[in-house]
Amino acid sequence: MYFKIRRSEYVDIIFAIFGLVVCFAILSIIAILLGDLIISGLPRLTAKFFLSFPSRFPEQAGILSAWVGSLLVIFITAVCAVPIGVCAGIYLEEYAPKNWFTNILEINIANLAGVPSIIYGLLALGLFVYMLNFGESILTGGLTLGLLILPIIIMATRESIRAIPQDIREASYACGATKWQTVRWHVIPYSMGGILTGVIIGVSRAFGETAPLVTIGALTYIAFLPTSPLQPEFPFVSFKWLFDAFTVLPVQMFNWISRPQKGFHINSAAAAVVLMTLSLMMNAIAIYLRFRIRRKIRW
Amino acid sequence: MVGQGETDELKAQVRNLNFYYGKNRVLKNVNLDIVSRKVTALVGPSGCGKTTFLRCFNRMHDLYPDNKYEGEIILYPENINIVSKDVDPRMVRMQIGMVFQKPNPFPKSIYENVVYGLRIRGSNQKGKLDEVVERSLRLAALWDEVKDRLFKPAYDLSGGQQQRLCIARALATDPQILLFDEPTSALDPIATAKIEELMEELKKKVTIIIVTHNLQQAARVSDYTAFMYLGELVEYGSTEKMFTNPSNKLTQEYITGRFG
Repeated sequence: MYFKIRRSEYVDIIFAIFGLVVCFAILSIIAILLGDLIISGLPRLTAKFFLSFPSRFPEQAGILSAWVGSLLVIFITAVCAVPIGVCAGIYLEEYAPKNWFTNILEINIANLAGVPSIIYGLLALGLFVYMLNFGESILTGGLTLGLLILPIIIMATRESIRAIPQDIREASYACGATKWQTVRWHVIPYSMGGILTGVIIGVSRAFGETAPLVTIGALTYIAFLPTSPLQPEFPFVSFKWLFDAFTVLPVQMFNWISRPQKGFHINSAAAAVVLMTLSLMMNAIAIYLRFRIRRKIRW
Repeated sequence: MVGQGETDELKAQVRNLNFYYGKNRVLKNVNLDIVSRKVTALVGPSGCGKTTFLRCFNRMHDLYPDNKYEGEIILYPENINIVSKDVDPRMVRMQIGMVFQKPNPFPKSIYENVVYGLRIRGSNQKGKLDEVVERSLRLAALWDEVKDRLFKPAYDLSGGQQQRLCIARALATDPQILLFDEPTSALDPIATAKIEELMEELKKKVTIIIVTHNLQQAARVSDYTAFMYLGELVEYGSTEKMFTNPSNKLTQEYITGRFG
């Protein structure tokens, strides 16, 4: 008996050590990768790198068109996907009757989140580029990534709405509220933290996506900026930029890394550092917001 | 039915009420008179349908699918059948307030909790809202404890205070009937005593129906008691008679603690 107890204690300790080793192994691999990127990329991270267009000469090449393109594409993505995703999530949780149709809808949305991103690229190529003639443009890119993150936003919205206790809804209805009043005064405000987190995670995923954008034709040499949305002449705003060709950070990296010259590889590492920093920053904002909003709401 | 020979005014009358969850008939031909400005207690063992019955009064069941009402609950003096399909459940809930088993204030300020009913009715005048907040909180015996922190979160209050806040929230819109669904089951004895005391005050203004598991509580707070068993209303009468001299054997066994 005694020996058996001693043995199982050993197993406990051995498993704990094993777990610790595995964790450290993963962490150190990530640290080495990051360290390597930073060491090789950092010297290239000058103001000039951010303000130059790509070039045939690695030392002169920069990421101006890439980061501007990334920002514009993400802007379109967020503008399209966030309202649709949040509304769909609210509808499915609060309004949709529970029947076979909504069941199918729910299963499909869950499946959509697992579809490989290149499939979205193919869909976009057929739908936005050829059928709707949006061209290989910022609009097409934004809409494609919007589709890609839609299921993420819908699921995050639903998840966070489901966390609201039914008591609260009943209390609202018992006061004589309509469904919309209950949603507007309670469901949306109390689930805002989770929704925002989902939105930011979705957007930061879209930020790093490469495959669907390569599919719709973003893998081109772009040495110009899109038309400015603000114009000196009447009517002062222009939407022409929506239909301009573009590139984004990960696509620019992909472009550089596939070239033979060593200089371009360094550029690629530098762009990677920029992309990673932006991603981590977005995740940090998500964590902060979740913390802030959750602290205010307890049940 | 009341059989008291009193000239008490009726607030509501339940006639042949049946209620179904899907195909499952959970209330069977319930008949009951609710006397105005009195406390009516619904007692009975777990699962006998008291809460289901209570939730018919403010049409709470309409929030969930596959439920069906049959029969009538007539509200006086309007003389409308509140379980009729033609009556908007929202109109019913605006007349009949509810306090739940677990205190469920909104995660907002104390002030916003109280004025919620007015806000959703489109009333936004600051003066009017302030007045309602003070009146309702005084009625709910909470004003003195919270008057200096009206804009602090309701969740900072203790359980008993939260429950009185929920009572204030329900009172803010001047309901005709107030439904209490085991309002003290999550509270300690002191908080419970406060709420029972409060009911004594409240019944001067509003008709009260309370579901309770606690027979002593029914004896303490109610004027009339209805005993339910397996979805049927077994016996109904003045609380005094029900607890001292019930006519039904089942009631007697339940009251004396032989089952339940």
